[in-house]
Amino acid sequence: MATVRIQHEDFDAAAEAALLTRGRTDAGAVVTFTGLCRDEQGTLSALELEHYPGMAEDEIARVAAEAEQRWPLLGATIIHRYGRIRPGDNIVLVVTVSSHRQAAFAAADFLMDYLKTRAPFWKMEIRADGSEGQWVEAKDADDKALEKWRKGAVGSRD
Amino acid sequence: MKKMRQSTKFEAEIMNNENLKLSYFAWVRERIGRASEDVAPPQGVRTVGDLIAWLGERGEEYAYAFERPAVIRAAIDRVHVKHDTPIAGAREIAFFPPMTGG
Repeated sequence: MATVRIQHEDFDAAAEAALLTRGRTDAGAVVTFTGLCRDEQGTLSALELEHYPGMAEDEIARVAAEAEQRWPLLGATIIHRYGRIRPGDNIVLVVTVSSHRQAAFAAADFLMDYLKTRAPFWKMEIRADGSEGQWVEAKDADDKALEKWRKGAVGSRD
Repeated sequence: MKKMRQSTKFEAEIMNNENLKLSYFAWVRERIGRASEDVAPPQGVRTVGDLIAWLGERGEEYAYAFERPAVIRAAIDRVHVKHDTPIAGAREIAFFPPMTGG
């Protein structure tokens, strides 16, 4: 059963990974992925992340349950932040633990691909020049990324 | 199922008694000017798509929010649904743009 947290507060990736592996000897691989707030042009003051309380937790838990069905995971933690987040700060954390690296890598990749298109979060860009915020548009590339999981995914059990 | 796009058609239907909570997020919320409301759609409004068409006729702000129905995403009781999903039995329906989390 994955741990899912939706919070404004920052997280500590190393501490979360340690929580999943502490006291066990069967884990051979831990993958942690941290998504950061990025400012490509030097024009971003912050991102304002809106979410759908209740559904955000439920939907990420559903995606995590799917990952647990597809790969032999020993543990998983997903944390997604909301509210105002500055460039360089953490937005999202995915930690997966498995006996072998393939499953841990693949499950983390799968979780991120599904999170981006199914978790009810919306980013607004707050510009450094004080102009009105702009909603970030969804990318086709994110939808396309899902296609690779439809059949015979790398590292999946089937 | 036949499409019902004219408000006269909707208004001709008997009003449902059940109240339905609608929630809006991101630019859908901004365009409508509120985060949630209770509505009682007429019985002719059977699917999520019907509901979008009905809402689109409630005023300028709704017409603006739902001007491109195909891009609008919906959830019934916090589960993603398609536009052809029936709304019968729903307690809460949310409308929002494609998601940009992660």
